[in-house]
Amino acid sequence: MTENGAHAFELQGVNIYYGSKMAVNDVNLMIPRQKITAFIGPSGCGKSTVLRSLNRMNDLIPGARVQGGVFFGGQDLYAENVDPVEVRRRIGMVFQKPNPFPKSIYDNVAYGPRLLGVRGKAVLDEIVERSLKGAFLWDEVRGDLKKSGLALSGGQQQRLCIARTIAVEPEVILMDEPASALDPIATQAIEELMKVLVQQFTIVIVTHNMQQAQRVSDYTAFYSIRKKEEQGGVENRWGILAEYAPTERLFTNPASEETERYIRGEFG
Amino acid sequence: MSDLLTSVPEDKPMSLMPDEVVFRRGLAGRHLRGRVWKIFFMMAIVLALLSLVALFLNVVNSAAGLIVVQYNIDPAEVVPNGDLAAATAEQLAAGIVEYEPNRALVLIRDNLSSVPVDQFSASTMSQILGTHLYPESAADKTPRDLEPEERAAILAQNLSVDVMKQFISDDIIGLNVLETHSLFESIFDRAAIEEHFAAEFDPATTRLEFRLWLRPSFLTSGQSSDPVLAGIRTALIGTIWIVAITVLVAFPIGVGAAIYLEEYAAAFGNINTRFGRFMQWFNRFIETNVRNLAGVPSIIYGLLGLAIFVRAAAEFTSGRFVGVTDSNGRTIISASLTMALLILPVIIINAQEAIRAVQSSIREASYGLGATKWQTIWNQVLPAAMPGILTGTILGMSRAIGETAPLVIVGASTATFLDPNGPFSSFTALPIQIYQWTARPQAEFRAIAAAAIIVLLVLLLLLNATAILLRQYFRRKLQT
Repeated sequence: MTENGAHAFELQGVNIYYGSKMAVNDVNLMIPRQKITAFIGPSGCGKSTVLRSLNRMNDLIPGARVQGGVFFGGQDLYAENVDPVEVRRRIGMVFQKPNPFPKSIYDNVAYGPRLLGVRGKAVLDEIVERSLKGAFLWDEVRGDLKKSGLALSGGQQQRLCIARTIAVEPEVILMDEPASALDPIATQAIEELMKVLVQQFTIVIVTHNMQQAQRVSDYTAFYSIRKKEEQGGVENRWGILAEYAPTERLFTNPASEETERYIRGEFG
Repeated sequence: MSDLLTSVPEDKPMSLMPDEVVFRRGLAGRHLRGRVWKIFFMMAIVLALLSLVALFLNVVNSAAGLIVVQYNIDPAEVVPNGDLAAATAEQLAAGIVEYEPNRALVLIRDNLSSVPVDQFSASTMSQILGTHLYPESAADKTPRDLEPEERAAILAQNLSVDVMKQFISDDIIGLNVLETHSLFESIFDRAAIEEHFAAEFDPATTRLEFRLWLRPSFLTSGQSSDPVLAGIRTALIGTIWIVAITVLVAFPIGVGAAIYLEEYAAAFGNINTRFGRFMQWFNRFIETNVRNLAGVPSIIYGLLGLAIFVRAAAEFTSGRFVGVTDSNGRTIISASLTMALLILPVIIINAQEAIRAVQSSIREASYGLGATKWQTIWNQVLPAAMPGILTGTILGMSRAIGETAPLVIVGASTATFLDPNGPFSSFTALPIQIYQWTARPQAEFRAIAAAAIIVLLVLLLLLNATAILLRQYFRRKLQT
């Protein structure tokens, strides 16, 4: 762990398994604070798996297991005394498919603070307004906070999910392909929002869209797949971190040929 | 079709598919087979509907019709309209005093007196009646000196209407149903019935009248050995008590078990350890057996209830621990607990499926905001699963209402004249009452059994309708 605290996460030799099957092998990675770090790579390379290991969402999958060190601010997230509930409260997450709760817009945003025991209408009103403004949604919904979150458009729903996430004031926001279910205009809105949010939060984003990674991220990690033929013709596949560099350099001057072929669109 | 064929390029390899003629012939056969199956499936529905209509007609046919009644005194002279079952306490008491003034005193002596029988006629009413209600003017009179109005007032204020109805029916009117006809017979064959009546019966003491066996007084009257007076109040109250306690017990336990199995037990077993794999196997074992329990015959649950609730837990189920002294273990609470066991698997299975169907994205969103497991279950999973959970509860409730066998075994009384007044009283229930009446040889009892069946079906529909409305309410709350 770097002493100056410039890094939010440090991954040391991380292997992730589902049951006995290895999904990701030996990931070593430093994710800087208050920057946008993008994870890219072909389907099945384990980029989402690594992302979900950063706030222990993998714990919800029976049989999932993380080996190695995932450090957040110097603290091993998988140490015995660490409560995943606290981890997730500090490291929020936005998912691929917008998933507002079947409740009003207000209750969606107030859900997290209420979980933490925040009561009192005045405080909650303040939090809801601040969070919706932070997610660039306030002007669109201010008169209609009682409306169901499900009644919004896809892009608005995703921004509601972001508002909901920043309402509990996390330190990090993990985004798992946040724009892949949205149209180009909604995608652009999310990307602009990310550039503003990064002033306050560390952002890690998984994306399938290389242009998106190029447009928004400061650092890019490229994951790839390794295969091995076992006896009996069974093929084992797992993901590795192939290259990690500042986005500009990774896209203009990739170190490995594999990265170059991927960003040229030759496989994926 | 044929120009499609001409467009096939020359160099295409020879087709292995059937040519056009064979295809056409085959196509007709394929459609025909589909139609035959469709008709077969439709017949299943038609058959089900026909059975339902037959059941309905059969019940309705028995629940009303012409009857031949015999009486010593025309009922219309004793109570207004001659409708004994619907008369008020005052009307009944006045009728008794008018026709049997001395027997009225006997009723007072037998039912209300607190002095020894040999001192009855010499005592004043205040001595005789003690804490019972009576008009002030009667306080210092002996029974013989009572004015008719005073006798009537004492009867009306103290005796139950069921006792007075029974008395009037047996001892004043001498009401007796001699013949009962079904509804369809009464409508389509009325002339023959009237002819038969004129030939066989004496119009001075008998009358041919149309009787609707299902009438308001049928719901409000207690049990009676006389079908004209008998009602289902006692059984209806018993059924309502049983179903209410059953649901109160089975709902929380069933939903709790489902939550445990789906949310906790499933995540309990870490498949990377031997212990975890054992726990997963154990959970599957439990789930399989819950499903098996749903198919166990209800009479076996009755035996279980008899052994556990009626016998072993008699101290609790008889209510002795709260000071109830007049009952054994054959009480409403025993019946309810047995029914709760019976419907638990239904509730658990349906609740499990409802919980499993909750989108994982909702769960992930909640966890992602730092919710604990319980906060996620309580705030997200349960509200989303509630419509499905209620569906299972409706199914369970419907089953509890109609079940008879376990009630017979845990000791529903076939003849109870007292309304149940709490969980620790003896009871009877609608299906038991129906069963008992259908077993009687007289046609009138079959008629009131049919009326009781209609009440049972309506009750069932009402309960289901309530639950469906509730389900819709929760569903709408989730969608808007």
